[in-house]
This record gives sequence, C-alpha cells and structure tokens, in this order.
Amino acid sequence: MNWLGPEEWQAVALSLKVSIWASLLSLPFGIFVAYALARWEFAGKQLLNGLVHLPLILPPVVTGYLLLLAFGTQGALGGFLQQFGIILAFRWTGAALAAAIMGFPLMVRAIRLSIEAVDPKLEQAAATLGANRFWAFATVTLPLILPGVIAGTILAFAKAMGEFGATITFVSNIPGQTQTLPSAIYAFLQVPGGESAALRLVLISVGIAMSALILSELLARRASKRLGGT
Amino acid sequence: MLSVELRQQRAGFALDISFEAPAGVTVLFGGSGAGKTTVVNAVAGLERPETGRVALNGRVLFDLERGIWLAPHRRRIGYIFQEGRLFPHLTVRQNLLFGRWFAPKGAAREDLERIVAMLGIGPLMARHPGSLSGGEKQRVAIGRALLSSPDLILADEPLAALDDPRKEEILPYFERLRDEVKIPMLYVSHAATEVARLATTVVVLKDGKVQRQGSAAEVLGDASVMPTGVRAAGALLQARLLRHHTDGLSELEAGGISLFLPQVMQQVGSQLRVRILAQDVILSRQKPEGLSALNILPGEIEQIRGGTGPGAMVTLKTDAGRVLARITRRSAQALELAPGVSCYAVVKSVAIARSDVSGEARSDTPG
Repeated sequence: MNWLGPEEWQAVALSLKVSIWASLLSLPFGIFVAYALARWEFAGKQLLNGLVHLPLILPPVVTGYLLLLAFGTQGALGGFLQQFGIILAFRWTGAALAAAIMGFPLMVRAIRLSIEAVDPKLEQAAATLGANRFWAFATVTLPLILPGVIAGTILAFAKAMGEFGATITFVSNIPGQTQTLPSAIYAFLQVPGGESAALRLVLISVGIAMSALILSELLARRASKRLGGT
Repeated sequence: MLSVELRQQRAGFALDISFEAPAGVTVLFGGSGAGKTTVVNAVAGLERPETGRVALNGRVLFDLERGIWLAPHRRRIGYIFQEGRLFPHLTVRQNLLFGRWFAPKGAAREDLERIVAMLGIGPLMARHPGSLSGGEKQRVAIGRALLSSPDLILADEPLAALDDPRKEEILPYFERLRDEVKIPMLYVSHAATEVARLATTVVVLKDGKVQRQGSAAEVLGDASVMPTGVRAAGALLQARLLRHHTDGLSELEAGGISLFLPQVMQQVGSQLRVRILAQDVILSRQKPEGLSALNILPGEIEQIRGGTGPGAMVTLKTDAGRVLARITRRSAQALELAPGVSCYAVVKSVAIARSDVSGEARSDTPG
C-alpha cells in the first residue's frame, strides 16, 4: 500500500485494531445487559437503561472528559488500574475504551430488540427438558438472536471506526499512539496541502464502512436461513 | 405416584387443591379458571404457588413450607405444551434429542428409533418446525418430552390448539403413550371426550377445588359432576369384543350384557371403551318389546338430578356399569321414577358407535 504514507497507514491500522477490540470486548457485556433489560425485572432497571444510553445523548466531548476524569492517572478508576500496570489515558487502549462506550448503546439496542422477539416460553421448554438457565440461553435464545447480535456488533464496530469527539478528548491525537482514522483526517485538514491525504483516508473510511455493512448483511442472512424460516 | 397439595389466596382466585395421581393417565378436568394450568405449572416448576407441596415417587419437587423449590431443569418432567414450543432453529431430530444432552448419565433411556416409529415422525427428522403442520408439530413435541427420560409427563391441553381432524390424528398417539410407555402422565383437559378416551384416573377441578376424584368410569358416570344439559354428558363402559356378525354388527360384552355396534375394526377379545351419551338413552319401566333398538340394559335408578331447565339427569346402575340418561322432568314424574326403582335403558346402537368415543363424527347406522 504505497499510495498511503506511513502515518496514514498507521492511522488505518490503529483504527481497525481499536474498533475490533472495542466491539469484541464489549460484546459479552452487551449481550448480558441487553438480556437483563429485555427479560428481568429488577430495582434500578431504568437507571441502567439510562446509563447505557447516556453516551448516545451526551456530547461526545463530555463523555470523553468524564472518561478522562475517571480513567486518567489521577482518576479513581485510572489510579486503581494503574496498580496492575493498565494505563488507559493517552494510549490506544483508552481509545478502545472510548469507542466501546460510544458504541455500547447501539449494540445493546440491536441485541435487546432481537431478544424481545424470542418467545420466553421457549426457554421454559428448554428448562423442562433439563437445561439450566445458562444452557437454555446458549442453546435456544443465543442461536435465535444471532442476526441481532451480528447487527449490534457491526453497528458498534462502525461507530468505533468513526468515533472522534470522546477519543480525542480522552486520549488526544498522538500519531502512532492514539491517532485513529477520524483524528488523522482532522489533523490532515488542519495543515496546508493535507487535503489529498485526508481524501485518501476518507475513501478508506467509506470502504471499510461499506464492507462492514455488506459483511453484516451476509452473516445475518446466513444466520436467519439457519433458523429454517419459522 | 404423584402427590399434589396447593394452596393460594391471591386476590380473586383462591386455590385449595390436593390429589394423588397413580400410574397411568390422570386427567385434570375442569372449565377455564378451575386452576388446571396453575397445577401443572407448579408441578413443572414454571410458576411458584403461594404454598404447597408436590412429590413424585417420593422425591420432593417442592415443599414451600420447608423452603424447598427445585428448579424446573432438575425435576425430570416432560412437558407437552399446548402450542408445542418446538425450537425453530433446530431440526426435528435435534429437537427430539435436546433433552438427552441434559439427562443424567444413568437415566433410563427411551429408544429414539422406537419413539420415532411410535409417533410416525421418521420422514420429518431432517425438517425444521417451521415447515410442519400443527399435528406434526404436536407429535414431535410428544416425542421430545418422552426422550428427555422424564419421571412424569405433563400435557397441558395438548389438543386445544388443533382443529377436529388434527385432534383425531393425535389422540391415538396419546393412547399408545398410555398403553406402551410406562411413564405416568398428568393430562389437562376441558373436553369430556378426551377424558373418556384417555383417562385412567380423573380429577375434576372446579373453582380452585377438587370436586371429584376417581376412575374414569366412576367420574364420567356421575351426573353431579358432568353437568346436565351439556351435550358431552355421558357414561363410559368397559367392554370386550365378543364376535363379528355377518350382518355387519359387532357384539360386545360388558358385565354380562351384550351390546351391538356397527362393525368395530378391532380384533375379537380386545378391550374397548364405549361411551353412551346421556341424550341418546331412553328409559322404560317395562321391558320394551317391538322396538327397533338393539341395546337394552336393565338396571336400577341410583340418582335423579334436576337442572334449572325442564331436563333431569338420571343415573342408572346396570351390570355393565353406570349409564346416564337425560330425560325431561315431566317424563320422570310420569314414569314415577325414583331412586331404587328398576327400569330399562334403551340405547340406540348409533349412540355407542366406537367413533363416538373420540367425540368425532358419529356413524349413522340405523338402530
């Protein structure tokens, strides 16, 4: 890829790394929270629902700043994690955290909708056949919500690829460290003669987004075909 | 042996039920709101009642006064749901084998091939539930419950969602279940015909209480339980096929009394259940002569129960068993009928055609 400069290539690779980690690591939490919101009644359910959706309605800069307060080296959580050698602020791991949090509401919404479409009586049937809660979920509900899980993951991935405000606030814009695709495009547009590099990154950005969308369509179609057209 | 005790005082619906279900098929019979589904869901562990105790073969499934509540997946109960509840993403074969993954290692296993053959679902094995008919789905659901090696089968109105021809398609499989598989079954129904055909024991529920419990013949012949005026009211007789006559009639014997039915497609010597609808019985004080009816049962009146209308339900004790007759109160007075009076039940042979046992289309042969 010699039509991309090393700095541009770095930004693309970093963005992919950040987005893949962000979407995959938040997936188990996303499924759990979606399941809890769809199926369980518990105190604080509305609070949890609000908290999950907060990044969707807050200005991304605010989310980024809150992350910096919490996970910065002076922050309570950041200081705690630092004892184990985990530093998030101004590292790519922090960019992944910011991306995960920004994509989380989209992921949870998609999965929650698909869980609500599955008849809970099927899990009861699985229970009478000897499956405990975990196995009933793993063998009945999970396969049935697979299209929703795929859609949610891809949405979160796409959101992570495009995440800018929270990322730049939380981890700044350090080339090779925390400069993701959108940050790089922004940086190129700030310097004279940077338009052509920015345009190349924009094209790549569009390409990745389109590929992700097509991939998710294909996977979801295959998953729902396996359900045998109920 | 299943023993059930349930009590509940929830607003608007009080429940106080206690019964024991021996081997064979126990039908929980009653109208809607009688508490049938509450009972099966408590036994299965899907719904927790206020208080109560259920034990299966001496194993306590729950005893809420002692704080015991076994999770449904530990109860080893095969539940046949009204709507089948097959897993749409699995093939018929995978649905059937679902319970086997979770059955304890040492559990007695029903043979897959045998169950598949019994239910006639061999050709469906590779298909998904979405492409099955209602009757086929229910047969697979029966198989799935059986193959989970249960200690008890629960069936909650498994035929209610099917149309009449489908009911007729599925009922024989439940009969085979009763006769060939030695797993006790608790079967919920509000249809007298299903009781007549399947039950070994009947528990009649009404308004959250056990109104009557006994063998199928006893309960179906009890006019105080089977409401008057209902077309379904009738008695159940146990009979043995004696011989086939050349004129197309089959002779049955019940308690020494001969009954003639239009050709019964069964082997001589086989045991049959015969249902006599109360509205198809005429009573006579003298032994009737010059009558076209072939089946006349002598007996003694046990009980006369009047309803709110002009009708009365007469219970007649005969050697073949109890027979119900629905007559008018005016006739009862005119004939001076009273408990202890001996009298003859004239049954049109049409009424005891075997197909009526299922409550389906009755064959109309001349009496």
